[in-house]
Amino acid sequence: MPADPHDSLRDPVVYLDHAATTPMVPAAVDVMTRHLLEVGNPSSIHASGRHARRVVEESRETIAQALGCRPGEVVFTSGGTEADNLAVKGIHWSRQDADPRRRRILTTAIEHHAVLDPLTWLAEVGDAEVELLPVDGEGRLELDALRASIERDPASVSLVSVMWANNEVGTVQPVEEVVAIAAPHGIPVHTDAIQAIGTLPVDFAASGTDALSLTAHKLGGPYGVGALVVRREVEVVALVHGGGQERDIRSGTIDTPAIAGFATAVELAVKEQADRAAHVGALRDDLVCRVLAAVPDAHLHGAPLEPLGVHRLPGNAHLGFPGCEGDSLLMLLDARGIECSTGSACSAGVPQPSHVLLAMGCTEEEARHSLRFSLGHTTTAADVDALVEAIVPCVERARPAKRP
Amino acid sequence: MKVLAAMSGGVDSAVAAARAAEAGHDVTGIHLALSRNPASYRSGARGCCTIEDANDARRAADVIGIPFYVWDLSDRFHADVVEDFMDEYAAGRTPNPCLRCNEKIKFAAVLDRALGLGFDAVATGHYAQLREGPDGLVEMHRAVDDGKDQSYVLGVLDQEQLRHSLFPLGGSTKAEVRAEAAERGLRVADKPDSHDICFVADGDNAGWLREKLGDRAPNRAGPILDEDGAEVGRHEGTFAYTIGQRRGLRLGRPAPDGKPRFVLDIEPVAGTVTVGPRERLAVHGLRGERPRWCGAPPARLRGTVQLRAHGAEHPAVVTVEGEQVDVELLEPAYGIAPGQAAVVYDGTRVVGSATITSTRREP
Repeated sequence: MPADPHDSLRDPVVYLDHAATTPMVPAAVDVMTRHLLEVGNPSSIHASGRHARRVVEESRETIAQALGCRPGEVVFTSGGTEADNLAVKGIHWSRQDADPRRRRILTTAIEHHAVLDPLTWLAEVGDAEVELLPVDGEGRLELDALRASIERDPASVSLVSVMWANNEVGTVQPVEEVVAIAAPHGIPVHTDAIQAIGTLPVDFAASGTDALSLTAHKLGGPYGVGALVVRREVEVVALVHGGGQERDIRSGTIDTPAIAGFATAVELAVKEQADRAAHVGALRDDLVCRVLAAVPDAHLHGAPLEPLGVHRLPGNAHLGFPGCEGDSLLMLLDARGIECSTGSACSAGVPQPSHVLLAMGCTEEEARHSLRFSLGHTTTAADVDALVEAIVPCVERARPAKRP
Repeated sequence: MKVLAAMSGGVDSAVAAARAAEAGHDVTGIHLALSRNPASYRSGARGCCTIEDANDARRAADVIGIPFYVWDLSDRFHADVVEDFMDEYAAGRTPNPCLRCNEKIKFAAVLDRALGLGFDAVATGHYAQLREGPDGLVEMHRAVDDGKDQSYVLGVLDQEQLRHSLFPLGGSTKAEVRAEAAERGLRVADKPDSHDICFVADGDNAGWLREKLGDRAPNRAGPILDEDGAEVGRHEGTFAYTIGQRRGLRLGRPAPDGKPRFVLDIEPVAGTVTVGPRERLAVHGLRGERPRWCGAPPARLRGTVQLRAHGAEHPAVVTVEGEQVDVELLEPAYGIAPGQAAVVYDGTRVVGSATITSTRREP
């Protein structure tokens, strides 16, 4: 039987898909595996339970410290998707309960599906009117559109949800300005900061937002755990009912080992944020310059690279290769052990043209010609060299393979 | 060789991919997403483009140990196969979408893209045999398993396409393939065969056509006539009828001789269906266009023709003049519908095919 390229004995891969998931940091693996061997439900009253509870609460404090929030504002979830769902449905429903006129939810056309899909669902079941606000050609929310939409009828706005930074093209959103526009009307703001934590400086209290989603596996922690940071004053209707473990907002036995690994990863990611951003940003800039030099008609999608971390995630390089099908190019690079993404949502593995690129004004054709390279804490200069070496032959191959 | 294995999620294509890999080829698996709305789990009738099928194909690729991707060809498939299927019915013909898909999608769009990407061949789970002929050309022959032979739906492939094709199952029976799948630990070993048209989810072709044709002419009610032009019944749309059909005619008046009547002719524009006795269905010759030859076109050949999938072989003399193919049937054939392919065989070897445009009822 032929060797599976994804067996453990395979050649080392050049992993340039950190925005999908990034390797766990060894410290988080250590902490997590240590706690996996311990018994104790944090909700139990006996000594083992108390010990587990202590681990969870210390983790909560660690995360709160790192993110600039109070420990009681950290609600653990199963990950980013649950955090986003809890935020947009839970806050909307509580706001609507308080005042039935609050029907409108404002968001951007470039949110992750974990925000867009629950909102679409709310609209379909008749619980909300959802407005997708436009972005400019670099993928940044048009603030004037937000302002106009709110001012049309502020009392009818239930919630504004704007991501901190986009997962596909890496554009940093003007969250501070969004808060400045929404707050005077008493409208809460949720932000999906899943791509931002550990790569950009994020301080929850200073941001003025009311709720913020994060997930562990994008910052060096384990899969299957995340959190919604939500201001104590904000009421959230529960989505998952049961033991009421997390502030009565979220039920389910608390995953002590995962939370411990999560906290270790957050602490490290935030502590090392500036260094990681500088390291990753320098490699990213090198990657973009050299790929653009090697493939003259390739171009960068999204916001400018400089100044580092201001307009764009430091690890994001989203490139268009005219005449090349992105999925052909991805497959050719994969065959050479170089892993990246078309950056688009997949259902059944079927690539759809990216809603983000379409919202930025790309045609379907342009959207299909794109690849996302995302760098992270384990990326090396050798990874960039390998991509630069492979990109020209792969582009040449992918060109005649363009779907006629 | 670098081989691209098209994997539908069924047992045949999974074993074909496994055999290609075992033969030492560098195999990559792909699943073709052909439906514009893949978010449908289908029960009962089986096709080849549900989410479940994509997952089955992915799991088979994992077990075989080959990389796997999904290629979205839904736009091409819709334009070249689905719309063609509707147009053919609208024109009163009976198309075979599987042939069309092989000609336009699997061994054209997919093959072109594969060759462009540096692959040497496309492997599929079709039951047909390829071998080198005396002149160095690749010949296609019927499969060993008569019941599964799919050379008919491959009769549209030309030499260039055949040179880049692999059919690893042609020498095996379906029972052997299922047993091998189980031995290899492929979970799809006992998955039912697909029989229906893959894009008609519930297998109800007439219902599907009724919806898609909208108010186009073949979907309008009209008379069912006998051979003298007398109205003997009504129909809800000509598209639902096929030449040679006997069932479901619901004729008001019995034939004078009391014998069953069959659909003899369909006129979609006039909106009429003509019925008559079985002997009037006998076809003694037919004409085909759009020929596709596996090698050099023959000028005149005495061989056999197959006129529908899993249909009988009819001894025939085939004469070719450019794009025109004349078939003289040595014994009459029944229920032959324009739009179907006439695939020409010389013994077990596929010579080529043409799309039937007209039939001749006079001996």
